[in-house]
Amino acid sequence: MRNRFRRSMIVTVVMVAVLSWAATPAAGQARGAYRAPRTADGKPNLNGIWQAINEANWDLEGHSAAPGPVIALGAAAAVPPGPGIVEGGPIPYQPAAAAKKKENFEKRLTLDPEIKCYLPGVPRANYMPTPFQIIQTPKYVMMVYTFARAVRTIYMDDHKEAPADSWMGWSNGHWEGETLVVDTTGFNDLSWFDRAGNFHSDALHVVERYTATSPDHLLYEATIEDPNVFTRPWKISMPIYRRLEKNAQIMEFRCVEFVEELLYGHLRKPTSK
Amino acid sequence: MTRRFLASAGVVGIVVAMVWLPRVPVAAQVVPLAPVKPLIPAKTAKPWTAPRTPDGQPDLQGFWTNNTYTPLERAKNVTKEFFTEQEALKNAKRAAEAEGEQTEPGTVADVHYDFTQFGLDRSQGGMALNLRTSLIVDPPDGRIPPMTAEGQRRAAARAEARKRMGAPTDAVQNLPLSVRCIIMDRAGPPMLAGAYNNNYQIVQAPGYVMILVEMIHDVRIIPLDSRPRLPQNVRQWTGNYLGRWEGETLVVESTNFTDKTAFQGASANMHLTERFTRVAEDVIRYQFTVDDPATWAKPWSAEVPWKKTIGPLFEHACAEGNYALANTLRGARAEEKRAAEAATKVSK
Repeated sequence: MRNRFRRSMIVTVVMVAVLSWAATPAAGQARGAYRAPRTADGKPNLNGIWQAINEANWDLEGHSAAPGPVIALGAAAAVPPGPGIVEGGPIPYQPAAAAKKKENFEKRLTLDPEIKCYLPGVPRANYMPTPFQIIQTPKYVMMVYTFARAVRTIYMDDHKEAPADSWMGWSNGHWEGETLVVDTTGFNDLSWFDRAGNFHSDALHVVERYTATSPDHLLYEATIEDPNVFTRPWKISMPIYRRLEKNAQIMEFRCVEFVEELLYGHLRKPTSK
Repeated sequence: MTRRFLASAGVVGIVVAMVWLPRVPVAAQVVPLAPVKPLIPAKTAKPWTAPRTPDGQPDLQGFWTNNTYTPLERAKNVTKEFFTEQEALKNAKRAAEAEGEQTEPGTVADVHYDFTQFGLDRSQGGMALNLRTSLIVDPPDGRIPPMTAEGQRRAAARAEARKRMGAPTDAVQNLPLSVRCIIMDRAGPPMLAGAYNNNYQIVQAPGYVMILVEMIHDVRIIPLDSRPRLPQNVRQWTGNYLGRWEGETLVVESTNFTDKTAFQGASANMHLTERFTRVAEDVIRYQFTVDDPATWAKPWSAEVPWKKTIGPLFEHACAEGNYALANTLRGARAEEKRAAEAATKVSK
């Protein structure tokens, strides 16, 4: 009897797993089925150069193809369509915040911090169209991003409250089985989630889960909470892919130089060349 | 002329730094370390073997500072290679006092942070007491060798190009790189200390040594495999650097620089070799050799001790809060406008 109960429980669990896999394909690459190689301290080895391949940086939510905001760039910077990476419907904005998001979108050419080469914040750094590298040690997991040379230190054993607000936040991490869980607070209110103007306040709290689902894939999930902007916590998820090129590396992208004329060109001495 | 331009650009840099208030508080650790033990000159140091990482690399991990008051080049009136410990301590004390005095009312720097309060005075961050009279160890006179004719021509051409660009405040591109938050002048490589926040965190994982540079949140990810170099035409501000272990020493060789940093007048084809050796629990010996036949007939080398310090490093968002840049340019335009108005009045 007991055995039968147990067996039926297992069947149920498997069925639920299969169902949830079917329901959330991004999240469901047989989570739990893959066991990552281990580091010397016995943790899943997430070292490597990684990159998201999706349209989330244009808009986290599902969106149709659209012309880009810069006429001169034509098709090169047109918005590629995407089904969205937000789970369970649209982002739950409070009414005033929804209006702000709309305004952000309309003024995105002047307001999007990405255009100014500002630090991308979290989770945006993880789906910029350039690679990032994870360098993993027992005490620190470093995430180094191509874009704006952003860097995050995930403190694995010395958990602290954020000492001050910052662009990339203050990250405390721990392992839950196969998953690296990163809890980040201490954000300023200046970064955006995407080019569509999705935004947050300095009350942002992000809990990320990084789970290897194959030697070359991570499942990335982030729960986003901000009582000043949203009515409830909401979640995004997507796969992140290993860059397999033999010479894959984080190259220099000091974009500050590239935006100087945009930001300060109007302050040039009129007669200067 | 070059000197004068650089000097005036330097002054602008300092003035800008004075009014630069980052949006995010990023003050360096202000807790003074215990007085540092003098670093015995390398030649007489007892060999010390670093602990190993799990994958067998000598362990350089931790927080370090290359703070120093020792000049790159030996002062002209100094003829010996090493100070006595007493002399070195006296020099460091004098230098720390001079730095602290930048907040004295009436001095040019009196609008700056209180150096003693915010840990900007280098002595507060701790430093290895360096007995050397210059960071340069080769040539033996402790000075950068004379430039080749080609190097001099290039320096003159660069100065000429700068002159054509106009005054430093004419356009953002004329201002020093560090003021523009692109790269810190002395952050390198080679990695030398600037005025403050000379803090680094080294992290090692199999196949990589990573150095986090506090200033402008810069990162060097040094690969330890035998990958090919980037193609010749691909250039990076900090070069293309590849590392390997030679016994206790991490050797990093860099090429593919740009001509935009021009370290001490070097060309973009400078070949830089850096060596990191942990010579004591709390000291890394950092050595570098600059090989650039287009600028100097012979390579030259320097050595800087890195002293263990305390973490963590905070985010140093630089461009994001760089109000001084806009204000410097805006101020210059306002002054020009005022001068033009005054001139019109006089002519009337």
